[in-house]
Formats: sequence, structure tokens, C-alpha cells
Amino acid sequence: MDLDALKAARQKGLQKLLPDRPRVAVGLATCGIAAGGDRVYAALEAAIRDRGLDMELAKVGCIGYCREEPLVNIQIPGKPCVILHRVTEADAEEIVRAVAAGDVPRRLALCRVETWDPLVGEKLDFGTGFDDIPAYADIPYFAPQRKIVLRDAGFINPEDIDEYFAVGGYRALYKALTEMTPEAVIDEVIASGLRGRGGAGFPTGTKWNFTKVEKSLRKYIICNADEGDPGAYMNRNEMESDPHMILEGMLIGAYAIGAREGIIYVRAEYPLAIARLTRAMEEARAHGLLGKNIFGTDFSFELTLAEGAGAFVCGEETALIASIEGKTGRPRPRPPFPAQKGLWGMPTNINNVETWTNIPVIISRGGDWFAGIGAEKNTGTKVYSLVGEVQRVGLVEVPLGTPIRTLVYDVGNGGIDGRDIKAVQTGGPSGGCIPASLFDTPMDYEHLTAVGSIMGSGGVVVMDETTSMVDTARFFIGFTHEESCGKCAPCREGLKHMLMILDKILSGKATRENLDLLEELSGTIKKTSLCGLGQTAPNPVLTTLKYFRNEYDATLKGAK
Amino acid sequence: MDTARLNEIVERYPAPAGKILGILEQVQREVGYLPKDILQFLAKRLEVSLSELYSLATFYSFFTLAPLGEHVVTVCMGTACHVKGAPELVATLKRLLGVEVDEVTRDGKFLLTTEDNHFSLTSARCFGACSMAPVLRVDNKIFGYITPDRIPAILEQFGWKESQHRGS
Repeated sequence: MDLDALKAARQKGLQKLLPDRPRVAVGLATCGIAAGGDRVYAALEAAIRDRGLDMELAKVGCIGYCREEPLVNIQIPGKPCVILHRVTEADAEEIVRAVAAGDVPRRLALCRVETWDPLVGEKLDFGTGFDDIPAYADIPYFAPQRKIVLRDAGFINPEDIDEYFAVGGYRALYKALTEMTPEAVIDEVIASGLRGRGGAGFPTGTKWNFTKVEKSLRKYIICNADEGDPGAYMNRNEMESDPHMILEGMLIGAYAIGAREGIIYVRAEYPLAIARLTRAMEEARAHGLLGKNIFGTDFSFELTLAEGAGAFVCGEETALIASIEGKTGRPRPRPPFPAQKGLWGMPTNINNVETWTNIPVIISRGGDWFAGIGAEKNTGTKVYSLVGEVQRVGLVEVPLGTPIRTLVYDVGNGGIDGRDIKAVQTGGPSGGCIPASLFDTPMDYEHLTAVGSIMGSGGVVVMDETTSMVDTARFFIGFTHEESCGKCAPCREGLKHMLMILDKILSGKATRENLDLLEELSGTIKKTSLCGLGQTAPNPVLTTLKYFRNEYDATLKGAK
Repeated sequence: MDTARLNEIVERYPAPAGKILGILEQVQREVGYLPKDILQFLAKRLEVSLSELYSLATFYSFFTLAPLGEHVVTVCMGTACHVKGAPELVATLKRLLGVEVDEVTRDGKFLLTTEDNHFSLTSARCFGACSMAPVLRVDNKIFGYITPDRIPAILEQFGWKESQHRGS
């Protein structure tokens, strides 16, 4: 493939994405399908066929407004793209009838999108009109959002590389390979300020450099797609809705680091993500975007998909590598770090799915552009999964530094049935519970750590007055106890004893001494565990003890 | 599963990365568990010890060493599902099916299923379908926004009969 071929591919893709006849597209990621999107698709297909109508029916990914699914996009040439919500198969007839007449059913319309900016390519101009339908930017759920990672999600067909070309796909890779040295690519990523989105927040460009400077004939890059935090599912949607952006990010990273082989490590519990990634890899290979001499340069790259088999600890880098090598996923002490000795003993760079997805945008728009979004030392956006006891659930992408309050109340619209929200739990089992009194806390790496939680992979589980915080703490310790790999004693034995104390507390038989012991044990496990799992596992207990001590006290013997 | 099919699965993995787990996952998917004779065959074929394969099979939650029932009911135990009432779903399912989660028969041969081997009950860390919490899965189909009273109708789609399966 060369530049002319890339331009031709874009034109071909645009004919599919913005055809000169109406296009009806159903959001078909895992949650869209489970909400009935597949039945809606089948009903629309039948209705279009039965009437012999001249319109396209397409599959797209998910725009992230999960509460309103199934979602259907209507594109009539010259008109805005209209997103219909809560569509059922019974609506199919009405939809195709309206579209055939150049209209959309108003009662199903959520909002209209006149133009959309996929960031790495030219804007998509859908059209104007339908002024009585609310604009995308006026929908409270979308208004505070800024889409960088989810720039194509819900608009393009994730199973068709042509539509990725249409939104400027693989142009950033072309730019990196033909106009930039590997050093310049790394400099751009450093300038962007991008930090690892898997949770730890380590500067990505600096991390890449660690592997780059190693002298070795073989180096590897890995995409960590073993999304293990319960309550977090942004990586699943990123893979299901826009798999090529991950491939493109990895290709650029491999070029910068000097790796010729890469592995995507994805959890087996995500069959649709695996299928779409596999298809994306086949399509990329067929277009010469994987394999030898990509874009006619001397850069060659091979990519393999490896399936994880369900072990939370495999999110830890050394455990993940062991798992790819076909061993049990147990972490080992560092150093040596994977950058020195990783997969098969070779220098290896691991980044989370979402980290990779930002790379094409940074190369296309420049590090400075990216650094202008977000907050001090926390540049860019983060995708959060806003779930639990909140009205509007879904995937929300906002600039780093956005206060918790914005997420929970402006986007999420507060508690269900008027109930008061008590806390949010962020960062999964390694994170903590943040009380409502601290909802002005900006969501960035440092501020979340300062209140005792972490960013983690971006799970935000909302809890209201009906949620017991002691039970929540027990839930997480039960989880980490179960998922502890058993290698080091503090984690294996310590968590077991925390669990026993928590059970005692919940059964109303605990004394104040038990609470003190629980706190002391938490500190010991944090300080002495081998890997991140144990070092962070007590966080849910420590934060609930700190902010919701009254709930623990109320269970103590003689408290009532 | 015959030798020819096993060889076919093994040959699908020319690269070493992800090979062993990939092969075991495919067997788990097709057979429904990892039978001892297949693990013995694979140990020889892949030149690893049987104990290594056993340690993988018991370390990773994706694998089972005992057969599952015809339909596998899995309750998501993720955070959002927990907050939205997954424990009540488990309690309801135990009652409706008369089995415990992940319980194995005394001889260790079968994951405890309903007496006619029609249903097995198990749990998962997180499906990543948190927006629809609480969630359960029957075989490969995900059901969201579940309340205990909706469960009988879902099970009936998979051949559940109150008279036949309900526990005491």
C-alpha cells in the first residue's frame, strides 16, 4: 500500500460511510446486542428487503450511552445523522417507512449530529435540518464529554477496514513511517504527556524509551486487553467498536521502539472483541499493513492474538508475560523490568488498550495539541464506565481533571428514584470508595490517589444509601482473596484473614480490637506484598474505614 | 474429541505466544471441560508435563476439570452487579435449580448440575456488561437488568420446568 492507495481506500470507505442513499446503522457491541440490537437489525433487514427499499443497513459499534440502547443511526444524504434510542424490533417498519420518505420517527429520536470530527482525518459532514431534534451537544449525557479514544465508536463499522480508512485511519501510521524517525515519534508521545491508561499512569513515551534503548535483536510490544477490573468495560467497547485504532497505535509504537512482533493479550470472556480484532488483523494483513515492508518502508511487523483464561492477576505485567508464555500467571519480583527482560527474556513494552488508542491522534494532531486537553500533568481524556446506582449508565469520555460531581450528576443525572448517592468506587479492587462530600475532587491520577483511591482502568461504580459500605469492602476483599495467585504470604494469608475479620464484623460479633487489627493488617499487606494486587488490595477497606467508620462501628458488639 | 481434531487445534498455533492456553481454551469450548485423557495426550504432543497442564487448568478460572451440564447459567459477580443485587440472583437460582454454585459431586467427576444434567450454575468475575447490571448469562446469551422474578421465564427458554428442577 502507498499514499495513493490509502487515499483511494479512503474514498471507497467514504462511499460506505456517507453513501448517496440513506444508511441505517445499528449499534452492535456486546451490550447493544444484549439489549436487543441484533433483533432490531434483523427486523430492519426484513423490512428493507420486503419493501425493496433503496437504503444501506450497517453495523456500527457503541457510542457509549448504554442506558438508551439499542441505538440506531439514521443518515439521510444532506441531513444530520440522527441517533434513535431504545429502539425495538416493533419499531423497524415505522423507521424504514420514515427513512424512505426522507424523514425520521421523532418519538424515537435522541439527538442529531451535523458534523463529527474523527480527529485523525477530515470531518464528517452529515448535513443540516431536523432542527426540532435536540443537537448532540445539548444532550446532558454528551455535553461534558470530549471524544478522543471513542472518536469513531458508534459511527463506523468495526468489521470493515474501509470505514476506518474513511475516518483517516492509518494516515498517522503513514506519517510516522515516512516522515518521522523513531526518536521523533517518541518525542511526540513524550510531548503529549500521555500516561498509561491501565491504571498506574506512567508516562508512555518514557516507558517506550526504556525498551527502545535496549540492545537486542528481538523486542516485543504487548497490548494488555485482559480488562480484569470488575465494573470496568471500556476496553471491551474500544476493541468492539474500533479495533483498527488499536492496531494502528501498536504499529506506530512498534516502529518507535524497534519491535517487529506484537501480541494482543485479550481475555477469553470477550468473544466479540476477539472476533473483531481477529478480523481487523486479517484485513490489515490483506492491505499490507501487517507483515513485511509496510508502506514500502523497511519496517515490518507481525501481530498475534493471545487469549487470557481468566485470572485477575494477569493484569500485572510480569504475570501477563508468564501467561502468554503458557505458564500460570504469577508475578515475579522486578527488576529486571519487562523493558529489560520480558517475553521470552527479550525487551518488552506493555501498554493498555486505551493507551494505544491515543497514539494515532497524538501523531496526527501533534503532542502539543494533545497536551492542551485535560489538566496539569494529566493530559488527554479518560473513558470511565459509569455504572451502579446512577440513572444514566454508560461509557463516558471526559478530559482528565473533570470533577467526580460532573460525572455523577451532570452526565449520570444523580441517584435512582431520588435516592441520595453516598459514594463512588473507582479503580476496581485496587481502588477505594470516595464519599459524596469529596465529589469536587478532580478525576486525575494524583487527586484520586490523594483521597485514598486510584484511577485504575476507569471503573466508576456509584453507590447510594441502600449500599452497605462494609459489605462493599467485604466484596472486594473476597474478590482479591479469590484472585490472589498465592505466591507471596502477605497477600495469600493476609487477605484470607481480612476476609475472616470482615465476616465477623458483618455477623455482628466483632469488637473494636477486631477493627484495629483489620486496619493494621491492611497496612502490613500493602507494604509487604510482591505485586500490585496485594499492595493495593486493602484500599477498599482502608477508604471505607476512613470515610464510613460509622457503618463499621454500628455493627460492633454492643453497639445497638 | 478424537486425535485428528486435537491435532487440528494444535496446528492452529504456529507461534508460541498464547499457544498452550489457546489450545486448552479451544478444548474447553468444544468439550465443555478438560478431560484427563485429552490432557495426557496434549502433554505428550506439546512436550510439557501433565502436572504443568494440571496447574494451568486449576489456576485459570476459564477451565473446568469436570463436565458441565447441557446449559450453563453464569451469574456475573462484578462490582456493578453486586451493588445492583447479584447475590439475590444467586440465591434465587440455587433455589430454582436445586444446586450450589461451582459445587462438584463427591467423586469429583461432575460439576454439580441438576439431576438430569440439564443445568450447571456458576459465577464469573465480570462480563464487562456493567451498564445492564445485574447480568446473567445462559450459555452464550447475556441477559441484563435481571430481577429475581424474571429468572423462571429465562430458564424456561432453556427447558427449565418447575416440577422437574426446583430444589426443595
